[in-house]
Amino acid sequence: MADAKRSPLAFMTSALAEAEVPDAVALRELSPRTQIDLRGEVADPAFAGTVESALRLTLPRTPNRVADAGGLLALWLGPDEWLLVGPEASDLEARLRSALSGQHVAITDVSANRTVLELGGPKAREILNKGCPLDLDPRVFGPGQCAQSILARAQLLLHQRDIEPTYHLYVRGSFAFYAASWLIDAMKEYRFAKRGGRRER
Amino acid sequence: MNGAYRLPGKGRVDHERRLNFNFNGRRYEGLAGDTLASALLANGVVLVARSFKYHRPRGIMTAGAEEPNALVQLETGPWSEPNIRATQIELYSGLEARSVNAWPSVGFDIGALNGLFARLFVAGFYYKTFMRPKLLWERLYEPAIRRMAGMGKAPTTPDPEIYDKMHAHCDLLVVGGGPAGLAAALAGARSDARVFLVDEQNELGGSLLSRRAEIEGAPAMEWVAKAVEELEARANVTLLTRASAFGYYDHNYLGVVERRTDHIAPSRRPLIARQRLWHLRAKEVVLATGAIERPLVFADNDRPGIMLASAAQSYVNRYGLAPGKRAVVFTNNDGAYEAALDLLDAGVEVAAIVDPRSKPEGELAALARKRGIEVLASAAITATRGRKRIAAVEVMALEGDRVRGPRAWIGCDLLAMSGGWTPTVHLFCQAKGRLRYDATKACLVPDVIAQATHVTGAANGGFELAAVLGEGFAAGRAAASRAGFESPEAPPITATSYRESPLHPLWIVPSVKPLGRGHGKHFVDFQNDITAADILLAAREGYESVEHLKRYTTTGMGTDQGKLSNVNALAILSGTLGQSIPETGTTTFRAPYTPVSYGVLAGRDIGDLSDPIRITAIHEWHLERGAVFEDVGQWKRPWYFPRKNEDMAAALKRECKAVRESVGVLDASTLGKIDIQGPDAVEFLNRIYTNGWSTLTYGQSRYGMMCHEDGMVFDDGVTTRLGENRFLMTTTTGNAGPVLDWLESWLQTEWPELRVYCTSVTDQWVTVSIAGPKARKLLGELAPEIALDGESFPFMTFRQGKVAGVEARLFRVSFTGELSFEINVPSWHGLHVWEAVMATGEKHGITPYGTETMHVLRAEKGFVIVGQDTDGTVTPEDLGMGWIVSKKKDFLGRRSFARVDTARSDRKQLVGLLPDDPKEVLPEGTQLVGDANARSPMARSLMVGHVTSSYASAVLERSFALALVKGGRARIGETLYAPLVGKTVAARITEPVFFDPKNERRDG
Repeated sequence: MADAKRSPLAFMTSALAEAEVPDAVALRELSPRTQIDLRGEVADPAFAGTVESALRLTLPRTPNRVADAGGLLALWLGPDEWLLVGPEASDLEARLRSALSGQHVAITDVSANRTVLELGGPKAREILNKGCPLDLDPRVFGPGQCAQSILARAQLLLHQRDIEPTYHLYVRGSFAFYAASWLIDAMKEYRFAKRGGRRER
Repeated sequence: MNGAYRLPGKGRVDHERRLNFNFNGRRYEGLAGDTLASALLANGVVLVARSFKYHRPRGIMTAGAEEPNALVQLETGPWSEPNIRATQIELYSGLEARSVNAWPSVGFDIGALNGLFARLFVAGFYYKTFMRPKLLWERLYEPAIRRMAGMGKAPTTPDPEIYDKMHAHCDLLVVGGGPAGLAAALAGARSDARVFLVDEQNELGGSLLSRRAEIEGAPAMEWVAKAVEELEARANVTLLTRASAFGYYDHNYLGVVERRTDHIAPSRRPLIARQRLWHLRAKEVVLATGAIERPLVFADNDRPGIMLASAAQSYVNRYGLAPGKRAVVFTNNDGAYEAALDLLDAGVEVAAIVDPRSKPEGELAALARKRGIEVLASAAITATRGRKRIAAVEVMALEGDRVRGPRAWIGCDLLAMSGGWTPTVHLFCQAKGRLRYDATKACLVPDVIAQATHVTGAANGGFELAAVLGEGFAAGRAAASRAGFESPEAPPITATSYRESPLHPLWIVPSVKPLGRGHGKHFVDFQNDITAADILLAAREGYESVEHLKRYTTTGMGTDQGKLSNVNALAILSGTLGQSIPETGTTTFRAPYTPVSYGVLAGRDIGDLSDPIRITAIHEWHLERGAVFEDVGQWKRPWYFPRKNEDMAAALKRECKAVRESVGVLDASTLGKIDIQGPDAVEFLNRIYTNGWSTLTYGQSRYGMMCHEDGMVFDDGVTTRLGENRFLMTTTTGNAGPVLDWLESWLQTEWPELRVYCTSVTDQWVTVSIAGPKARKLLGELAPEIALDGESFPFMTFRQGKVAGVEARLFRVSFTGELSFEINVPSWHGLHVWEAVMATGEKHGITPYGTETMHVLRAEKGFVIVGQDTDGTVTPEDLGMGWIVSKKKDFLGRRSFARVDTARSDRKQLVGLLPDDPKEVLPEGTQLVGDANARSPMARSLMVGHVTSSYASAVLERSFALALVKGGRARIGETLYAPLVGKTVAARITEPVFFDPKNERRDG
């Protein structure tokens, strides 16, 4: 299939699955989705209003918030930047382009720029905090929030989905192998803790 | 001799759980709950080390982090660790340790001969003796001194342990789990603030673990147990024991090492990180770090069996052992009387308490007298005896700063001393807090805080238990309140309390002979063998600044960083200079508080995780085809694709030939790509690039070069106009990030009026670059819908359409000089398109090639690589690319071209080089000279340039190079020489374009 999409971690699917520690943490790569980087002046009603009516979604103005309109997400990346995330086959870019034509905006298809890893389970927060300096305590960071940070030495766009907690980790395609390898390594200790594993010498 | 000094049933050790261990090759038995130090003392092992300089016998002096003597090499082989304090090693079954500073053994030490020449080993001895000749210092003196003095040995095999890191945030971080810290943590916990309590011991309680104090009428440890229970039960509290807060940085950011499995035998450790580095960020920090007792500086105060009074107390009460059978206590304050009473109650004979004060009349002194202990007031210890263990002390009457009268010798095997207490202010000072001198307590105490810090308990100079508990609660409440949480007020707590006589500072205890005369040594810094006489000498020689004193004498250096010695040294220096202690000041406190292993600082950033390995979407294919990879920044790029039995040279020759004769394919996905949009994009590009962009129309591409303000080449690449207000900029692989930062910094700070947005799309696109005479034919088969002929799709233009069934962007650019197309597709289609190119190209002889072939082909064409042929000191003009510098507009770096320096005619300029011997490939970086007889190493004045790129060319059938040569363009035709090891290579300067100078091949 010519248009079959091969995700950056397609070759690691089984390694990701095998890293799972039941009742502690699971990791998988999500299927491709449409991602549009949108830049514009949110204080300008022509921009915010047009986006709102075109997408039926209000762009979040509070830093690090995610707006969710029936599965179409808008992640706040900066005062004038959002990442719109929708289903794989989506005319998001075209709709925005026609609605915002004539305005000074930037609409950039970045669907293949980052892949999305889903890390979930009671230990997910702790695992992230081994390499991510953000305060992820539920008092501070919860579902519906996002933040740009690092995971060890890779760029990370983090989005918390639910209170389990489940996180979506947006990482650049070229860094995905590193990020996944780092996560699998960080997950190991819980597997050993479960088995009561001792070192073989 | 197992446990001869053990006190049955006493202490916090488990008398039922016996643990075998090995020290200096001998087997011993200890108990669960012991440290290595306590287990040794329980076995009567006092002598554990030799001193650093004089190789004097040394014993365990403390029971904590301040230990200067009992340093051991812990474990063997890959688990071996040097210089670990025996006082902080939790005993486990099978533990193996050796003294670090004794050769051939602690009992018989050749180096002790140094003691006979002690007069030679004065302050600055090494500087004075071994300075000349310089060569001997490097070759002979230093290695020999290091072997003699050498602390432990670093292991030579890889560490099998895992280390990791953890980031955490809290409202309240309490450092220290003693009475003050526990009280502060309780107050914080009850406020619902997020509390971290960090303590270096295996058990919370701090000083209470070692004392027989009472709180609320019950043993203090019962109060501790209740406090810990409450803290453990609260979800808002995290307790970290066996965790040392070693560094306090800006913004209330602290480093903590948690030792998770160090207390378990290596063979039995669970497979978790042995140590974890916590990065803690706290809104408020409460430092309850306690205090460290000071030794007294008297003659021969270093014999084994001499220890801090608090240590003796700790060994009795916490570890259930008698550190001796007959003790003398030497103290200038009331605290050590409590130790004397504890020793007495443990069955140790207390021969005398020697007290320089004329009237020690506190409650504890009265109690001691009542219990029959002889208290010698206005007295001092003036000498000691005993080679491998103290045997007796000489006591004389003290009058002012002199001793007089008869000398009385008192036999003992333990001398417990106390010169007062030094608050542990390391973290406080690292946080840039300032100290003041408290003359009553004779110590430096926190004064001005610099961050959101609270100091409480002994760390703040509070040494009275009930008060400390109250202050701890108050500090916890205050900290919680400042973090936005309210904590209920706690009722006052009663605790053991004694009325005390004030301490009498006695910085140097006099002897009959003046300091430095006779045999007695008044040690100040035990680890570095620095005496009071050394400090006086240093002061006489002009080292009056405390920082100079430290470096000249080395006092306060080493693994203990002067925890015992700094205040004494400071006071002695002040005394000799006739100035106050505050006038003298202190040396700087630097992290870490206690040594931190490199392993835990590295964490998991080792091996394949040491730096991100960035790969393209085609990486799997490259791997399967046996590509040899090259690291380009963080990227793994195929360097070349060797076939079976093919060496690198043969592979390159084949790859180069294929591109020149048929068609080759390169994975160019790593190039940086920036999507630039906005009505001012053209103006923006005009300012960023040296060349002009106003005339670039839709669908056209242009090569651009950008400079920093200094006019030196920073990056280059092709930028394409994708639409009226939209451009795609490409950057070099290594500069993708820096270029975006550069663009953003100008947009955000200097040119905010420009309406331009930049978005990185490097990872969005895979770039499959096909090059060679058959490239058009091949692409035609893959993209039948796109007109590819030269007229429809001219050089430096862009088209969109389907390639191998996938929507693609096509760019007609060329880095090889051949007809070339760069196919860009969203990265998830990259592998598919690559494979289609390979399959369809098979009949055309398609050959995958790597970065090395790319380098050779572009160099044949004289195309530079920024970062290889440039080094940040090269202008476009130097590269012979003056044509790319616009005269009509302003741009970054333009002003610098008006500088005299950038207009010099003798600047290094890019030229070609053809070695006389066509088989000779010059090493890149080779220096060039004009003199055929010059031999390496040459004088700098002889060097006229250097080789930047050098290869064997398949198409030229000879070697060639690019070089930067002073005034090179005017020297074309001249011969230069490259003096190499064993030979000199002659090479002729040429134009930097070696192949197809008229660009006749790029259109196919």
